[in-house]
Amino acid sequence: MQELINIFVKSIFIDNMIFAYFLGMCSYLAVSKTVKTGMGLGLAVTFVLTITVPVNYLLQTKILDKGALQWLDPSFAEVDLSFLSFIMFIAVIAAMVQLVEMVVEKFAPALYSALGIFLPLIAVNCSILGGSLFMQERAYATIGQATAFGFGSGIGWLLAVLAIAAIRERLKYSHVPPALRGLGITFMITGLMGIAFMSFMGIKL
Amino acid sequence: MEMSKPKEALFSKKNRGLLKDPMNVNNPITVQVLGICSALAITVKLKPAIVMSLSVIVVMALANVITSLMRNMIPNRIRIIVQLVVVATLVILVDQVLKAFVYDVSKQLSVFVGLIITNCIIMGRIEAFSLGNSPWKSFLDGIGNGASYGLILIVVSFFRELLGNGTLYDYPVVEKLGLYELGYHNNGMMLLPPMALIVVALIIWWQRSKTPSLIEKD
Repeated sequence: MQELINIFVKSIFIDNMIFAYFLGMCSYLAVSKTVKTGMGLGLAVTFVLTITVPVNYLLQTKILDKGALQWLDPSFAEVDLSFLSFIMFIAVIAAMVQLVEMVVEKFAPALYSALGIFLPLIAVNCSILGGSLFMQERAYATIGQATAFGFGSGIGWLLAVLAIAAIRERLKYSHVPPALRGLGITFMITGLMGIAFMSFMGIKL
Repeated sequence: MEMSKPKEALFSKKNRGLLKDPMNVNNPITVQVLGICSALAITVKLKPAIVMSLSVIVVMALANVITSLMRNMIPNRIRIIVQLVVVATLVILVDQVLKAFVYDVSKQLSVFVGLIITNCIIMGRIEAFSLGNSPWKSFLDGIGNGASYGLILIVVSFFRELLGNGTLYDYPVVEKLGLYELGYHNNGMMLLPPMALIVVALIIWWQRSKTPSLIEKD
């Protein structure tokens, strides 16, 4: 249990998707103009990450890894399908996003129209595929750990988007040099927040 | 339908514009805000940045051509999945080639090769351009956008490697110039990931000061 909490906290603060790896920057910049849209997309990303990482974990350990197909037949011990992982992961993600889209449309129409174009684009949000690829690279031992990692990464992304959206709302009242307005200053602030988040690196979990 | 039109020269002014515009007024990173995800994490050194740019150019040009060839056959509702499959296949090929020929760089790039699949530039250009244009134009658009993405990557990694590490493409420039004896120190901060964002912000600042039409209104 303690191990799961460690992974969860680590993926929120130390390995934050945005401040440590810059994953999902495109939608992060696009939806962070107001807190409301940021919150909506943040929740959707968290939800999709929490589902896709464990599903892809099962895919990785039961089908794609070298010798993973042994449960089917002992003669498959030498089969190594890991080169297929990109295409399998992205297929799972695209299917899951479609599912989330349908559920949101049915149960939260207001949220659905607020998110608009960004919901289908979660499929091409780097942080979702990045979550699955980091899961593969770090080779988590159990599905519980993979889930904790996916959930934590999602929360970390949500946190980052909320923080920058709140700052950008206030930024409207400040005097930014014209050429830096909008994109430039957002980059700089994200960079500064990233430096602040680096202080979590010293924490050993 | 295209046959009836007078044939356009391969490098007509419009086609050259497809190659040239992304370099400045329509740069994918600093103006269209696409593809920042993978752009920043791999710019600590020049070598991975160059390998990454080449991979993106290859994937982009081919993906644009393939989707453009199929553009009249893809049903609208499932086009995102079709595009993802095309791009993912190409990225798998690139990944295998990198693993075979430049294994050390492939290890450094780690998950970021896979992330070319979800690189917003590729999906964005397919959606915005190659679904409505001929294969040759899409090819030029892919090369143009890929190359200007690479340009930003290389500029950022040039400064980060030079100031942070004192080397260029692993060649110890600062040491050869003898600056260390004069009391020069590398700025280790440039190696930290957030500095990539700040360098890109400076590029945006410089570009928008030179081209005021790009300045955002509110």
